[in-house]
Amino acid sequence: MLAAGEAANPWFSWEYVQDNRGDLEQALVDHVLLTVETVLVAMLIAFPLAVLSYRYRWLAGPVLGVTGVLYTIPSLALFAFIAPMDAFGLTRRTVLFGLVIYALLVLVRNTLTGLQGVPPDVREAAAGMGYGRTRMLWQVEVPVALPSIMAGVRVATVSTVALVTVGVVVGYGGLGGLILRGFQNNTYKAEIMTASLLTVALGLAFDVLLAGATRLMTPWARRRS
Amino acid sequence: MSLAAVVPVPMSTLGDAIVWLNDPLNYEGKTGVPYLTYEHLYISGFAVFFAALVALPLALVLGHLGRGGGFTVVVSNVSRAIPTLALLTIFASTAIGFGNRATIIALALFAIPALLTNAYVGVREVDPDVVEAARGMGMSGSAVLLRVELPLAVPLIAAGFRTASVQVVATATLAALVGGGGLGRIITDGFGQQDRPQILAGGFLVALLALAFSFGPVGHADRYLPAGQPEPADTP
Repeated sequence: MLAAGEAANPWFSWEYVQDNRGDLEQALVDHVLLTVETVLVAMLIAFPLAVLSYRYRWLAGPVLGVTGVLYTIPSLALFAFIAPMDAFGLTRRTVLFGLVIYALLVLVRNTLTGLQGVPPDVREAAAGMGYGRTRMLWQVEVPVALPSIMAGVRVATVSTVALVTVGVVVGYGGLGGLILRGFQNNTYKAEIMTASLLTVALGLAFDVLLAGATRLMTPWARRRS
Repeated sequence: MSLAAVVPVPMSTLGDAIVWLNDPLNYEGKTGVPYLTYEHLYISGFAVFFAALVALPLALVLGHLGRGGGFTVVVSNVSRAIPTLALLTIFASTAIGFGNRATIIALALFAIPALLTNAYVGVREVDPDVVEAARGMGMSGSAVLLRVELPLAVPLIAAGFRTASVQVVATATLAALVGGGGLGRIITDGFGQQDRPQILAGGFLVALLALAFSFGPVGHADRYLPAGQPEPADTP
């Protein structure tokens, strides 16, 4: 029920979408770029860590322990640690750095689990055929571990899409910026809801896309089932 | 946006943060550390409690009937894509109004998947022979659920509580962005006032609380349970 003189403030409004197309597109692009950069950088760090932990077993405990502790720190607190540093401040870098730290645990854990799951006879067969360490890793172990690695990438990507919104605290939150702007702007419900739904849709779209990519990358897994 | 204004950099931010943590003024009244910690914990406690009120009966019944496995998987996958900030903002913008009540409802919704998945898996993974034996002894469906499946599912239900509590305590920090209370206030007020030492001090307090929950007695609650429990279902 509307009080007299109160403007309508619906949760869903196509008019809002049309009037703010530019803002929505900009926020969406920012959101996508932050997510993709985060997952790429995190994978560049996580993959070597996982391979090292796989080759040198004593490393696995400390690596998983440290990334696990970092993962436990709430996102807002993590940004609170990074932002006061001179090199970061209220920049996009701060958000990126924080999000990369978050994505590490899932990526390292899934990559390591995948590598450890390579059956010993497969490895022995490859060694018997004269595969060296590097060729074994790229042509045997990584392909076999791929489903587990990609499962990690999916979880990390979807979680990152959701977490980007918290970046709003340092001014770079993608769609989160619109969510908070809507809230501060006399609770502009259409803005809050549209940006929220776009974020969820983006996460699910990434998930479906990566699931499809996994299928394409592992044709042998399809035949088996 | 006020939060995004550029803050000048004092060289001794770390030292000033320690000064902030030692200032008795920051421990007084409704904006003091003790009250905000208490507020943070009661918001989290109520959220997990209400989430359990919804999730546990649902999970037990679904697990008992052996239905809804796909449903629980979908719930936990979709929930990962929903930003908590969005959930908090949406509830803070309803007639409930911003404040702790809206926060509790939003966080309760957020806590449901971990509780639901774990309790469901817990009931499903009870040895079918044991259930068969109970039925053979003439136990009714509800007796099987309450006196056989529920007790055997306790380790996983506890694991679900642990995961949910750790997640909720960590996420409750975000409530401060939309007018809620708790320790997040120190950080968001710090960003708002461009006060780097306070931002750092707030980050330290929030991280400490989250780590205490994850690695303290709550995080290891399953240590006090009977041995031989299955691995908890992971919902990060």
